Amino acid sequence: MDSTVEKVDFTHMNEGEHAIGPQRGLNYETKLLWEYERTDDPAVDFEEPSSFRNRTGLDERKELGLPQVKEPTVVRHFVRLSTKNYGIDNGFFPLGSCTMKHNPRLNEKMARLAGFAHVHPEQPVETVQGALELMYDLQHTLGELTGLPAVSLAPAAGAHGELAGMMVIKRAHELAGNTHKTVVLCPDSAHGTNPATAVTCGYTVRTIDTKGTGRLTVEAFKEALGDGKDVAGMMVTNPNTCGLFETEILEIANMLHEAGGYFYCDGANFNALVGNIRPGDFGVDVMHLNLHKTFSTPHGGGGPGSGPICVTSDLAQFLPVPHVKKTQHGTYDLERERDHSLGRMKGFHGQFGMHVRALTYILSHGADGLKQASQDAVLSANYIMAKLKNHYHVPFEGPCMHECLLTDKKQKEQGVSTLDIAKGLVEYGIHPMTVYFPLTVQGAMLIEPTETEPKQEVDRFIAIMTRFAKQTEIGDTEIFHDYPLSTPRRRLDEVKAARQPKLKYSAAEQDE
Amino acid sequence: MADVKYTKDHEVVKIDGDIVSIGISEYAQDALGDLVFVELPDVGRTLDKKEDFAVVESVKTAAEVYTPVAGEVVEVNEALNDNLDLIKESIESGWIAKIKVNDADALAELMDEAAYKDYLSSL
Repeated sequence: MDSTVEKVDFTHMNEGEHAIGPQRGLNYETKLLWEYERTDDPAVDFEEPSSFRNRTGLDERKELGLPQVKEPTVVRHFVRLSTKNYGIDNGFFPLGSCTMKHNPRLNEKMARLAGFAHVHPEQPVETVQGALELMYDLQHTLGELTGLPAVSLAPAAGAHGELAGMMVIKRAHELAGNTHKTVVLCPDSAHGTNPATAVTCGYTVRTIDTKGTGRLTVEAFKEALGDGKDVAGMMVTNPNTCGLFETEILEIANMLHEAGGYFYCDGANFNALVGNIRPGDFGVDVMHLNLHKTFSTPHGGGGPGSGPICVTSDLAQFLPVPHVKKTQHGTYDLERERDHSLGRMKGFHGQFGMHVRALTYILSHGADGLKQASQDAVLSANYIMAKLKNHYHVPFEGPCMHECLLTDKKQKEQGVSTLDIAKGLVEYGIHPMTVYFPLTVQGAMLIEPTETEPKQEVDRFIAIMTRFAKQTEIGDTEIFHDYPLSTPRRRLDEVKAARQPKLKYSAAEQDE
Repeated sequence: MADVKYTKDHEVVKIDGDIVSIGISEYAQDALGDLVFVELPDVGRTLDKKEDFAVVESVKTAAEVYTPVAGEVVEVNEALNDNLDLIKESIESGWIAKIKVNDADALAELMDEAAYKDYLSSL
């Protein structure tokens, strides 16, 4: 037996030469594929090519060290791994700013229709009219919902959409000769991708102070704007990352426009607004949408994202291609070139499967359903805030929008932190809320229940959070530092993992 | 004895003639949690007043470190690359960078320990 095989002994519980392992019922301890004993009789045989001649001039590696196991082992391995995932289909997932909502199965059914699922992007357009019509309708619908009529479905995800959007703004300034406009304003509570995108586009970021208020104020904006000559634009999420609607946004947008800047809205929190107000009406010039948040297409590990951008008609000329257009004969065609366009930002036509799911969601809800979904999301978050405000510190008075912000200020005095509370939720089978974000609020807990979470689940969450607060209050705090107790792995050493990351599997290091 | 002052952004500033050593306060360390990385500036870099010159990263977040005065980076604390816990000890061992000050008047705006404590209790 070589050293790799001996590593099967990772469970430290052996009977003879067989590892028994500390399995808890059906909660399987999962090895890495490399840790299974290599078989000489694997699932798939490749014949050694007889006339193979190495013309590369490189040495052949005889042994790649790849796993070699039978098919049933491979199948079990990946099925077991899949059961370790926790997603919205397992339980409550109140991850603030992520809008982890239910993905209706109707979306999946539509995406699997042969006419959508089995088309090829290189097919002649005459043979995919239905697919193009769907994209055209989605472009139109997203334009209606945002009040920004020109839409590109090309960007692959939120951050990609932000990049596309800021490149549109940059292109507009370049064409106007505004080379002196080198600064983008971002509030200090912004999503990290906002300043990162601005910098990627070559801009300098100037921060708008929102500490203390949680909201943008005209006063703080004026200070960041200065004379405005160097300001190319502003990137704002509305509602913002504190879960609050930006009440002075109209006046701020007007001042920004007067200074010749464009207003970029991060659409991450659009779930709070859909069908109720249109960002174009509060001064937004460019906005990305996360179809995988607001329009219920799969999220995170569940599927590819999609981040369309919506812009004013003045900026339409800069949008990426391809773009679906309707011809005078009522058929659909791809516009592959456009004067001043950014060009192509994504292979083929964007994440088409997500377009199918998003349009299904929109059409099956209708205008009234979308409006109610947003209102229910806001109601749900305010319900949590109202129920927990006596137990947890609320940094900014409500009402909030689709997510509510609490902190660990009261619990910290007893030695229980936001991290401890998050780990406690894991123990109770709930995915933690967003923690320590926004950065402007110490010990932040950002909770977004969404409109799809059943009331009894929300009530259970409230009951658990209330119990945590009461336990802390009476000094029963020891257990918090040990959470989670029943998971396959207990609390991990995040500091060590970050300071000494192991980025490559090595059998020799497994026992360290 | 060198003069130790504080900023509203929770930097600690040790003043030695026209050289200041800048680190982060206990309050900042507590807010950040365990540090996992510090990005040091290049020696010789010139800084404007309130410019960020270093990044401290913890398991929770990353934060910029700002200089309260304009000047030039004359030395960085390479020892932090091997042992971040030095930051916890004191400004003597846990300073991040030393800056040669252009405009000493700006130092007058900084808070002494008593004023910083008052400031913290107001937060």
